[in-house]
Amino acid sequence: MTLLSTRGLSKSFEGLRAVEGVYFDLPPGQVRALIGPNGAGKTTLVGMICGRITPTSGTVQFDGRDITSMAAHRRINLGIAYTFQITSVFSGLAAGENVALAARRRLKGADVRPAVENALNRMGLLKLIDQEAGDLSYGHQRLLEIAMGLVQKPRLLILDEPTQGLADSEIADFKTLIRELAGETTILLIEHNMSVVMETADQVTVLNFGEVLAEGTPDEIRANRDVQAAYLGTG
Amino acid sequence: MSNRTKVIALHGGLLALLFALQFFLPAYHHGNLARIMVLASYAVGYNFLFGYTGLLSLGHALFFAAGMYGMGLTIQHLEWTPAPALLAGLVAGVVVSAALGMLALRTVGVAFMIVTLMFAQAGYLTILYFGEYTRGDEGFVIQQAQRVLWGIDLSDATNRYFAALVLFSVSMLVCLWLVRQPFGKTLVAIRENDERVKMLGYDTFAHKLGAVVVSGAIAAMAGAFYGLLFGYVGATFASVQYSIFPLLWVLLGGAGTVLGPFVGTLFMFYLIDLSSGITTAYMLIAGVVLVLLTLFAPQGLVGELRRRLWRWMP
Repeated sequence: MTLLSTRGLSKSFEGLRAVEGVYFDLPPGQVRALIGPNGAGKTTLVGMICGRITPTSGTVQFDGRDITSMAAHRRINLGIAYTFQITSVFSGLAAGENVALAARRRLKGADVRPAVENALNRMGLLKLIDQEAGDLSYGHQRLLEIAMGLVQKPRLLILDEPTQGLADSEIADFKTLIRELAGETTILLIEHNMSVVMETADQVTVLNFGEVLAEGTPDEIRANRDVQAAYLGTG
Repeated sequence: MSNRTKVIALHGGLLALLFALQFFLPAYHHGNLARIMVLASYAVGYNFLFGYTGLLSLGHALFFAAGMYGMGLTIQHLEWTPAPALLAGLVAGVVVSAALGMLALRTVGVAFMIVTLMFAQAGYLTILYFGEYTRGDEGFVIQQAQRVLWGIDLSDATNRYFAALVLFSVSMLVCLWLVRQPFGKTLVAIRENDERVKMLGYDTFAHKLGAVVVSGAIAAMAGAFYGLLFGYVGATFASVQYSIFPLLWVLLGGAGTVLGPFVGTLFMFYLIDLSSGITTAYMLIAGVVLVLLTLFAPQGLVGELRRRLWRWMP
């Protein structure tokens, strides 16, 4: 039983192979980290999963359905939520309205507000609900981005480098959050911070030059010689 | 006072003021204001797409003319009465804007501007081509007898003022209402970041198409009323300058503000009116004022007001 699987998924940009024949399976309820050096194709792979990028070949299946050629917004409505690597909250709108926009796909009318407050509260941003998102600190914008993901109650939550630019205390809170969410939803986490990966992920997939280099538990990955050579830098 | 009360007071106040003004204004300004209210409705429609959705169209004259000709041709050739003729204008606007939207929204940015401009030019040339029916550049007059709506003679100055006020009120209130609905809020989000809205699960194409149609429908109603109230339908209204005007009015008044289109239209109208009383080189004065405004109030008159004083203004 898998929630998400890709079969031979590839993408070339004018001859440059960003992702090459990736077979990837994600069972429901798992927290999976996707790691790899810069340019390994992590964001491209995830982009193909959520529909921002059209694959050159291969298929994507979500919950038993082939979604390879489905438009991005329809995939989101199937229960995939994606938070952006580069913070892209709506800076001219209030923090609450940012989250409300995400919530209104699922909820209507009076149900929106409590869900928004709940999501913001979970990220510790409730007191900033009426602040314009552009006025928030960078760290708070990152957290707001995650709140926008949470409020969608997704079946698959894709977080693209969520801890980038967060302070240490915020990273600690983030780890707690992921562990809490682990029972509720499936999480695909692109992450550079190894302590976050090691402490939160059930399984880790390592990409290198667009291909899957290794897959396993955090401990197995840490012990894997190929991974050490390619990525962890202790070859 | 809560923000909601302030919003109601401000917009209701403007409409009440416009209602009251007709009893005091001299005939000349009375006529001007009726014209300004119709043109401001056109600008309201334009602003819905440009100010709130962030789509800069250079082809709105096509929608204005669709409404005007939808109304005018049915009166002229099918001898319809004003009420169904106005409806024909509205339908023409909806159909034309939906068709244009389907095609033009495949492009973004500068390409969108060019595509809308080209379609509007095609529309203008179509009107000239069918000169037998449209009378081309020369246009045609709608006779006084054909301008009686439900027993009200719209060629009468007071009635005309009222009709213009009704049109403007409805346009402005529809716009004010829509931008506070989830639909309108999503459009604002699309203006801010299209890609992000898509990744929240919204069909941004459908939303933008909806915005084009709402905008086109309001512009078409303004066109239909303009022809009916002032008794003339002509190809000039489909020309490129009528696509540029609403852009100018909205920029001057403040894009993405509910009152901006009216303030911009009023300002521009009287700027030209007053400066042409001083010199024949009135466009020079108008030009200098426009440059100054762009320099010192880049968000438009109402936009600046909102930025500096009234942050709650929609």
